[in-house]
Amino acid sequence: MSVLESPHTPAPHPHAPQAPPARAGAGAFSARQLVAALPDALRKLGPRHQVRSPVIFVVWVGSVLTTVLAVLHPSGFAWSIAVWLWATVLFANLAEAVAESRGRAQAQTLRRTRTETTARRLTADGREERVPGTALRTGDRVVVEAGEVIPGDGDVVEGVASVDESAITGESAPVIRESGGDRSSVTGGTKVLSDRIVVQITAEPGATFLDRMIALVEGSARQKTPNEIALNLLLASLTLVFLLAVVTLQPLAGYSDAQQPVLVLVALLVCLIPTTIGALLSAIGIAGMDRLIQRNVLAMSGRAVEAAGDVDVLLLDKTGTITLGNRQAADLVPAPGVDRRDLADAARLSSLADETPEGRSVVVLAKDEYDLRGTQEGLLDGATFVPFTAQSRMSGVDLVTPDGIRQVRKGAASAVMKWVRDHGGHPTEEVGTAVDAISASGGTPLVVAERTPDGVARTLGVVHLKDVVKEGMRERFDELRRMGIRTVMITGDNPLTAKAIAEEAGVDDFLAEAKPEDKMALIKREQEAGRLVAMTGDGTNDAPALAQADVGVAMNTGTSAAKEAGNMVDLDSNPTKLIEIVEIGKQLLITRGALTTFSIANDVAKYFAIIPAMFMVVHPQLDALNVMRLSTPQSAILSAVIFNAVVIVALIPLALRGVRYTPSSAARMLRRNLLVYGVGGLVAPFVGIKLIDLVVSLLPGIG
Amino acid sequence: MSPGLAAALQVAVVVAGLALVHRPLGDHMARVFTSPRHLRAERLVYRAAGVDPDADQRWPVYARSVLAFSVVGVLLLYLLQRLQGVLPGSRGLGGVGPTTAWNTAVSFVTNTNWQSYSGESTMGTLVQMAGLAVQNFLSAAVGLAVAIALVRGFVRTRTDRLGNAWTDITRGTVRILLPLAAVAAVALGAGGVVQSFAADQQVTTLAGGTQTIVVGPVASQEAIKELGTNGGGYFNANSAHPFEGPSAWVSLFQVFLLLVIPFSLPRTFGRLVGDARQGRAILAVMGTLWVLAVGLLTAAELRAAGAVPQAVGAAMEGKEVRFGPALSALFAASTTGTSTGAVNGMHDSFTAAGGGVAMVNMMLGEVSPGGVGSGLYGLLVLAVLAVFLAGLMVGRTPEYLGKKIGRREVTLVALYVLAVPVLLLTGAAVTVAAPGLLDASVSQTGPHGLSEVLYAYASASNNNGSAFAGFNAATDYQNVVLGVVMLLGRFVPIVLVLALAGSLAEQRPLPVTEGSLPTHTPVFVGLLTAVAVVVAGLTYFPALSLAPIAEALS
Repeated sequence: MSVLESPHTPAPHPHAPQAPPARAGAGAFSARQLVAALPDALRKLGPRHQVRSPVIFVVWVGSVLTTVLAVLHPSGFAWSIAVWLWATVLFANLAEAVAESRGRAQAQTLRRTRTETTARRLTADGREERVPGTALRTGDRVVVEAGEVIPGDGDVVEGVASVDESAITGESAPVIRESGGDRSSVTGGTKVLSDRIVVQITAEPGATFLDRMIALVEGSARQKTPNEIALNLLLASLTLVFLLAVVTLQPLAGYSDAQQPVLVLVALLVCLIPTTIGALLSAIGIAGMDRLIQRNVLAMSGRAVEAAGDVDVLLLDKTGTITLGNRQAADLVPAPGVDRRDLADAARLSSLADETPEGRSVVVLAKDEYDLRGTQEGLLDGATFVPFTAQSRMSGVDLVTPDGIRQVRKGAASAVMKWVRDHGGHPTEEVGTAVDAISASGGTPLVVAERTPDGVARTLGVVHLKDVVKEGMRERFDELRRMGIRTVMITGDNPLTAKAIAEEAGVDDFLAEAKPEDKMALIKREQEAGRLVAMTGDGTNDAPALAQADVGVAMNTGTSAAKEAGNMVDLDSNPTKLIEIVEIGKQLLITRGALTTFSIANDVAKYFAIIPAMFMVVHPQLDALNVMRLSTPQSAILSAVIFNAVVIVALIPLALRGVRYTPSSAARMLRRNLLVYGVGGLVAPFVGIKLIDLVVSLLPGIG
Repeated sequence: MSPGLAAALQVAVVVAGLALVHRPLGDHMARVFTSPRHLRAERLVYRAAGVDPDADQRWPVYARSVLAFSVVGVLLLYLLQRLQGVLPGSRGLGGVGPTTAWNTAVSFVTNTNWQSYSGESTMGTLVQMAGLAVQNFLSAAVGLAVAIALVRGFVRTRTDRLGNAWTDITRGTVRILLPLAAVAAVALGAGGVVQSFAADQQVTTLAGGTQTIVVGPVASQEAIKELGTNGGGYFNANSAHPFEGPSAWVSLFQVFLLLVIPFSLPRTFGRLVGDARQGRAILAVMGTLWVLAVGLLTAAELRAAGAVPQAVGAAMEGKEVRFGPALSALFAASTTGTSTGAVNGMHDSFTAAGGGVAMVNMMLGEVSPGGVGSGLYGLLVLAVLAVFLAGLMVGRTPEYLGKKIGRREVTLVALYVLAVPVLLLTGAAVTVAAPGLLDASVSQTGPHGLSEVLYAYASASNNNGSAFAGFNAATDYQNVVLGVVMLLGRFVPIVLVLALAGSLAEQRPLPVTEGSLPTHTPVFVGLLTAVAVVVAGLTYFPALSLAPIAEALS
């Protein structure tokens, strides 16, 4: 976590397990947005825009054709059909425009931060020169001081500063950026709050993170994803099938002395081709990206979002993702003959000066479990604190008591035991077994000892430090398992510790003592077996693995190399979010599939509306197919056309929000979605067309 | 026994027979196409043809082999008919006319066996035996080979090789079709089907006239006619002829024969992909469609409206009294569902609804259960389509049997689904609209006339071969055009299927997890059945509404 916060408080994971309702869900959607998007939708009516979607292009051609026919042979019916076909095209544009407008609003906010900045560039001889931000090139070094805006993306090469990144992340707490290490990258447009840093520019103007982000949320950089292309191909071929069915119908109708007006054939064609999904397809894609952005995740391509739905294996870093991040005192094991409370007190005293997370957790444990707070008046008078150092590997306090100096020590088992032994104690007999037991269970033992004024040391007991698994992670992993996703925990711990945590967290597998190469090898192995792998990473040494993974989510706090290598960036730098990204990917695909199924299932009812209407004159017996009992042939055809148009608008919210998604097995999801969108798609238009017919039949000249 | 009960019982007999045989036969077929051994007889064939039986072919090579083999078949069969007059064994019949010969040659090579001629008065013994019967075997073997190649596409990974077309065709003929046909021929002979080389006999009928009785090697041809889902009868009356279908039991046995390989292939498929459940799912879809067709057709014939059908209890027109309406309905549903086209009653005279069911059964794309091989590959292509449509609904990009359905696969499937309707609908539309064509072939007016045209083109484009006999296909135009339709209706889908197989074989398999779309469950069976019906329904409903539907509702 980069955010300046006390290491105590568990990281603020907005979607942490306690709040499972925070599913891949909706942004608000209102009718106002529809109205606001209308001008855009009208602009898209030109043929150049329409050609991109073959299905809607056919409708567009049909609209032009019917308009010409209506002009040549005006009638209420002809004009109604023409108007509603135009409405169909308009509604399709509307869907896309609404989806884009939501992104555009975000882009607007972002653009405001991309103000013209003046950069203080360092010349080769170390002097400073003032140049406009746009003149910066990769490799330039610039100085930024408190109160100034960072002129471009880059890495801090000198100094440390707190930076306000709220423009990008929306997070108001400032973050620390320093040279070297994994927190060196800064983003153009963010503001330095304190200190002075030198930044080496890593992106050309126009290609900065902010620029890319604007392009992404605006949808201008949107390319069709592989699955979208395949689906478009299928929709195009379905359109061809129906075109064929309608074109060849005319001679067959001619044989039956039921030659149809072109107007009616166009209406039939438009009703049959999959306009619903054709109209909503691009909106679904844009909305999927948008849902990620609402969760502060930037996907560099739609392809990555799609791949997220297909992920089979999640590689999760233990620290910060599965566990709270630091070892914490979980239990106290007193040595024989020592009161547990005395142990707690000693452990606490020795930790008061220990600013490491482990030390603090001991104080917290003593407070929570043994109600030891505050310190006895005068106890610490004249006391000397011994801070933890890497050499001594222990911390403690020397207390001044009436009898002399009392030393209390707490630290790594071997160090403290040696200290006790050096001062005439017998640590092994006293706590040896406890230390071994804790080590064997994957925990870390901290031995607490004291040396009384008589000069002899003894151990008081052992503090059991362990990694604390975040609450609710086990349920989350069970859920993932039901979705067919395997979780692998990556940790630098030894295999014993790793196994213990893996079991406690309920992950399927773990990789212990993991080096970056191991991670890379694991990813390649999984991919070799045909599995798609997702991972998160932040360090420069994660970059190759991030690039190799099918879904690589880089933390925003990470290095530019990591962000460059991944195909998504999480602005909140919350590794748990990987799970949500997978869910959003799945929801995107489900929405596409559901609306495709719905669209095709709709055709059955439209046939039952239009076919009897077309041929009732020559074959009155076909009235038996008019199961909806639509009032007249004209109202039947018009009602089907209107339904076809209106259903697009009705489904825009669903397309933008995504269909309801609860993690479950594929079999269950298929059953549910087939029932809702397959059977529902079969039944809904029968009801809808009938209702529209009841209204339409009141119109003069049609009813 | 009520007609309904009798109908149910005979279906039960056929189902029991299929249930008994499909496993061993399916397993046998799986072994045939995976065995590394070549029989001595097969080695002779390979040596004679100059092919290397162990060469693994890429899909274009496999496709070229199948096409070349079929083109040669058409040429040989065409020449054989044209030269009949100067060849021995002609029973005194002359050479066949060019358009009829073309039509017949294509028809038998494409496993359609559409007959625009009258068997006994056009084709002599030599053409029947050395031409038509040979293609009965080979065209079925080609279908089998293509189906197996597609299955290999699912099974094999990261390769561009699909097996060897020559080996597959030879093995299918030698190890599957020939032995089965031999057994069936003996059984048919025992049941009273004629097998004789005797000359035509002139007899004086009771009424005092003379009649020429034609006999021939019927039983041997009859066996492969049904087994290979061919359908081309020795006699014009096909299985309604007393020498081809002498009794109800033999007719029922013929139904069994024409269903047995198509219904056993899902087992083969399950075996080859290493998951018997996948095979059972495909079998369940085929079975559901077949039962639906049989049920609807039987109901239509048994409950026909009208004074005469009401009086005699069922629609008897066009049916052999020896078989009765229920057996004719069962035969009709099975023959149209298997791309066989053999008949034991005249489909043209069926009730409008019954004839409509037979027509729709073909329009499904011959998947209920479809022809030898073609049924399996047809349904697998539809399964890929179903997976693509619904697979997204489980939140993954679609995959079937561990293979991703991407852009290339969808394109091929879409073209496959498009190919036959283009042929069928444009063919029918041209016949109806072009001046003179309609009158030359259709005598009926109204919806039934349109049904005859649609039926003819449905039969030719789907390689079925049965006909509404009122349609006169023996005109030059129809001979040529229907020939072209049969040829494209057979080989365009075959090339697309092989391309699909090639594309699938190149992929790395995806592991099956809880998150993968299950393709062996009842839900998937229901989905695939629905996709088959909806795809055909949406394509043909407008046309059907003007023909059998309008006729049936009147």
